[in-house]
Amino acid sequence: MRYLPLTPDDRTAMLAKIGAGSVDELFADVPELARLDGPIHDLPAHASEMAVERHMAKLARRNLTAGDGPFFLGCGAYKHHVPATVDHIIQRGEYLTAYTPYQPEIAQGTLQMLFEFQTQVARLFGCDVANASMYDGSTACWEAITMAGRVTKRSRAVLSSGLHPHYVSVANTMAKFTGDTLVTATPELTAEPDTDALIDQIDDETSCVVVQYPDILGRIGDLSKLAEAAHAKKALLIAVVTEPVALGAIKAPGEMGADIVVGEGQSLGVGLQFGGPYVGLFACSQKLVRQMPGRLCGETVDAEGKRGYVLTLSTREQHIRREKATSNICTNSGLCALAFSIHMTLLGEKGLRQLAEINHALACKAADRLTQVPGVELVNGAFFNEFTVKLPAEARPVVRALADKGMLAGVSLGRLYPAEDALAGGLVVAVTETTTEDDIEQLAAALKEVLA
Amino acid sequence: MPRYFTEDHEWIDVDGDTATVGITEYAQSQLGDIVFVETPETGKQFSKGDEAAVVESVKAASDVYSPVSGTVTEANGELEDNPALVNDDPEGEGWFFKLNLADTGEFEGLMDEAKYKAFVDKL
Amino acid sequence: MTINQSGWKPEMTSGDQQGPTETFTGARALMRDEALIFEIGSTDTTGVDFGEVEAPASDRLGGLARNRDIGLPGLSEPETVRHYTRLSRQNYAIDTGIFPLGSCTMKHNPRLNERVARMPGFADIHPLQPVDTVQGALEVIHQLSNWLVTLTGMHSVAMSPKAGAHGELCGILAIRAALEARGDTREVILVPESAHGTNPATAAFAGYKVEGIPANGAGRVDLEALKQRLGPDVAAVMITNPNTCGLFEPDMKAISDAVHAAGGFVYCDGANFNAIVGRVRPGDLGVDAMHINLHKTFSTPHGGGGPGSGPVVFSQALTPYAPLPFVEKTADGFQLVEEETAEEHHARSFGRMVAFHGQMGMFTRALSYMLSHGADGLKQVAEDAVLNANYVLRSLSDVLQAPFGDSGPCMHEALFSDKGLAEGFSTLDIAKALIDEGYHPMTMYFPLVVHGAMLIEPTETESKAGLDQFIGAVRSVVERAKAGDETLKGAPWYAPRRRLDETQAARKPVLVWEDPNLVQAAE
Repeated sequence: MRYLPLTPDDRTAMLAKIGAGSVDELFADVPELARLDGPIHDLPAHASEMAVERHMAKLARRNLTAGDGPFFLGCGAYKHHVPATVDHIIQRGEYLTAYTPYQPEIAQGTLQMLFEFQTQVARLFGCDVANASMYDGSTACWEAITMAGRVTKRSRAVLSSGLHPHYVSVANTMAKFTGDTLVTATPELTAEPDTDALIDQIDDETSCVVVQYPDILGRIGDLSKLAEAAHAKKALLIAVVTEPVALGAIKAPGEMGADIVVGEGQSLGVGLQFGGPYVGLFACSQKLVRQMPGRLCGETVDAEGKRGYVLTLSTREQHIRREKATSNICTNSGLCALAFSIHMTLLGEKGLRQLAEINHALACKAADRLTQVPGVELVNGAFFNEFTVKLPAEARPVVRALADKGMLAGVSLGRLYPAEDALAGGLVVAVTETTTEDDIEQLAAALKEVLA
Repeated sequence: MPRYFTEDHEWIDVDGDTATVGITEYAQSQLGDIVFVETPETGKQFSKGDEAAVVESVKAASDVYSPVSGTVTEANGELEDNPALVNDDPEGEGWFFKLNLADTGEFEGLMDEAKYKAFVDKL
Repeated sequence: MTINQSGWKPEMTSGDQQGPTETFTGARALMRDEALIFEIGSTDTTGVDFGEVEAPASDRLGGLARNRDIGLPGLSEPETVRHYTRLSRQNYAIDTGIFPLGSCTMKHNPRLNERVARMPGFADIHPLQPVDTVQGALEVIHQLSNWLVTLTGMHSVAMSPKAGAHGELCGILAIRAALEARGDTREVILVPESAHGTNPATAAFAGYKVEGIPANGAGRVDLEALKQRLGPDVAAVMITNPNTCGLFEPDMKAISDAVHAAGGFVYCDGANFNAIVGRVRPGDLGVDAMHINLHKTFSTPHGGGGPGSGPVVFSQALTPYAPLPFVEKTADGFQLVEEETAEEHHARSFGRMVAFHGQMGMFTRALSYMLSHGADGLKQVAEDAVLNANYVLRSLSDVLQAPFGDSGPCMHEALFSDKGLAEGFSTLDIAKALIDEGYHPMTMYFPLVVHGAMLIEPTETESKAGLDQFIGAVRSVVERAKAGDETLKGAPWYAPRRRLDETQAARKPVLVWEDPNLVQAAE
């Protein structure tokens, strides 16, 4: 077996050193009833690299990929061009095959990268500090809600109807067990986000208001009023960003008063990967830092006074605080954070702004073109690179029919909100720099045909 | 002004119906460099043995228990900016909080200085 | 003759000559420090070229166009490659040597897995595509599920948890849902003191009170004491098997039976599954739920701290409560059971715990690994992992105290204490000295139940020759610590950094870079 270096002679010599007659003796503690007579049945035997690659390639070919045709899916996962450099660097063994940097003297590469990542995320979100990543946006969102509970000592969270329904589901699942009260609502196909309705829900028991920016329908609203209203009741404002590229074009949530900003970092560096692994972003104001979940990297000096980095404020974490930890998170999403950070470094502020401009320009074109299709209406007032159109028919079968033509047309609201008839005509369309004008033209033509 | 000690290495100075609480020299030496102290809010009520404060070194977080019952009248605000006070002067400037005693007779089971010294020597 | 026109004559230096103590750059040849991107980059620089796109007549950003600078520096592509490549050289990794972190299972990460995960059919598909366009992806999940269920002898598997601790949460939530379904409001979860910190943290995160389980003198769960504690308030016990002392719990089946008899459930922390994969099926031991770290046992890379993947296998009793979504094989192909389709057949599911469907990028890698090994190879994995650990245990137990060495063989990791080191010398000194020897240290100060614990997990992917060299280095360092060699206190001497001041880092946290000029101006 190519991954196992011990030879039969090695094994014999080692057993002799140990003083065991056979390897079975080393498993003597396993009770009789759990001992097996040989390799586990019903599973195949070992295979060559070539055979495994062939097997997997065959499965891979059975999927229609985002590069196979016009592609317009978003809703929390976006197709962006990831520079070749990103994948080259994250495949370096020194990053790929390292562990969590618990021995900082020989992990400065990972630690410095995390320090840079934290700074990039904090600046992008307009916050003071950021952590070294969470699993993904949805889990970061729930962690933010529990953190707001710890800070305010309250347990009623008001969730915007524009929050990604999977994120709402995750919070609902967890709240069932923690006893938190969640105020939730289903989105309506209106031009503006639900800011006013949220403000009405904030009371003296409210720990936080959670709002997605841009929201699930792609709408953008000013968060300042919401922040003021939350702060007036001593509640926190949590902003959720599922498309960080947007922040190259629009104001940062922190700038508008958000206390905690979490997000999904997949757009930069990570790729679609059928939903994971992604990278959760988590930032907040300085005064909340000790209530933050997850790993934090901090600057310090070594015994000779040289600048260096370590994991710090670890007493918040499970490996020290155990049942009193701020979270049970251990493994995070380090390599995806690296990919995010490299992509961001390649872009720089100039590149990020250009990228955002291109996304927005193409989305405007697509919105204009699609609304020329008879019966198709634009829902959004404002949007960045994703908007919702209302079709004159149920959107879900339309999406399936377009997929048969090799075109991935967007996310139907019927997929996300199957029980809501009022949303069945909604189609969320995402447009990025990878979209061509020809793609838009093809989609418009095919949509016209399917709707006719 | 009598000073008492607990088996959890808190000390308590009693002055009429007020008391000052901190951790002992032995405790700070076991913890190493203190990096953070979380003191209780004024007005908070504790029963004897309640978790009252948290003291953190780089690799450990320890709860500090209230040696007696009472209401917090003051916390040592200095510790927020300068947690090293607990290392430098644990039984003086590095005090944690002051209590208004609920019961001025509640000192059973607490040790005096000699008994505490004997207790620590056996550890 | 022709004269040596260039004048190049190789000259050997004398070995005893001292070099300059400082270099102009501060570098030592290949080892050089790297500035932060904020110090070398600029916000006007970009390493990405874009095509021209005509701007819209007016933006539709709702008056929220950004009007402040962000402060994100950019670098050109060559500068970017150098920055991250130089940083990478300050990292230790499995690719550079043994990574004997106990409880972490740092094994070789096959590169075939990386190639497979990057196939466009896996890497470039969106989680919300219509299911008939992602049949291959769903089949990967289905096949991997089948491997996991068969290897563990369990009934079903939830694939969506993002990492080990997330898997623990998944298992505990299913247990809670099952208890609530029968109207049972048990409040306590029992966790041994030797457990990973994630166990008590998870139980608390799910709303439970945590109590300890006593261990016996042989480092195992004290079965009689556990039985005494079981009762109508105990929802579950969380047991790591093999445990964090590197020992198999021989009473596991009796423990499970006792817990079940008392109406509770058994959660098994599967972090150490590598010791028994292909040789023992946890389902045969009465386990109700167990997470599997694909990034440990099944070789997906740790990536400097993640991403991981933590599928959870369930017993029949807990299967109805498993989370959404999951993949189901039907006559019409593979279906993804999400909220909308769960109603009739899976109404008891405790719900969704993550957006989308889990760590696909880890699934493809883990499946490649399993197919490569096959059932026979995986059995050999466990055997070689256990053989290597016992070899380390017996090769070091004359110089280091092995607290449970007398109780028989260990499983996949060997545990030692700091007993016998000279006064003032600690496990930390041994670890830091191993760095100078060119090794990543073992896990230190864990499990908590052993003073100055050193937990060594070599894994099956180390050769005997490699282990012999590592053992030699540990012996040498330990002997120095026993002899009171003061130079150990300063170790590491030769790493990119000397010991770092963690106290300063925690007392005055600096978590983001700030321009020193601006900081100065503000002061």
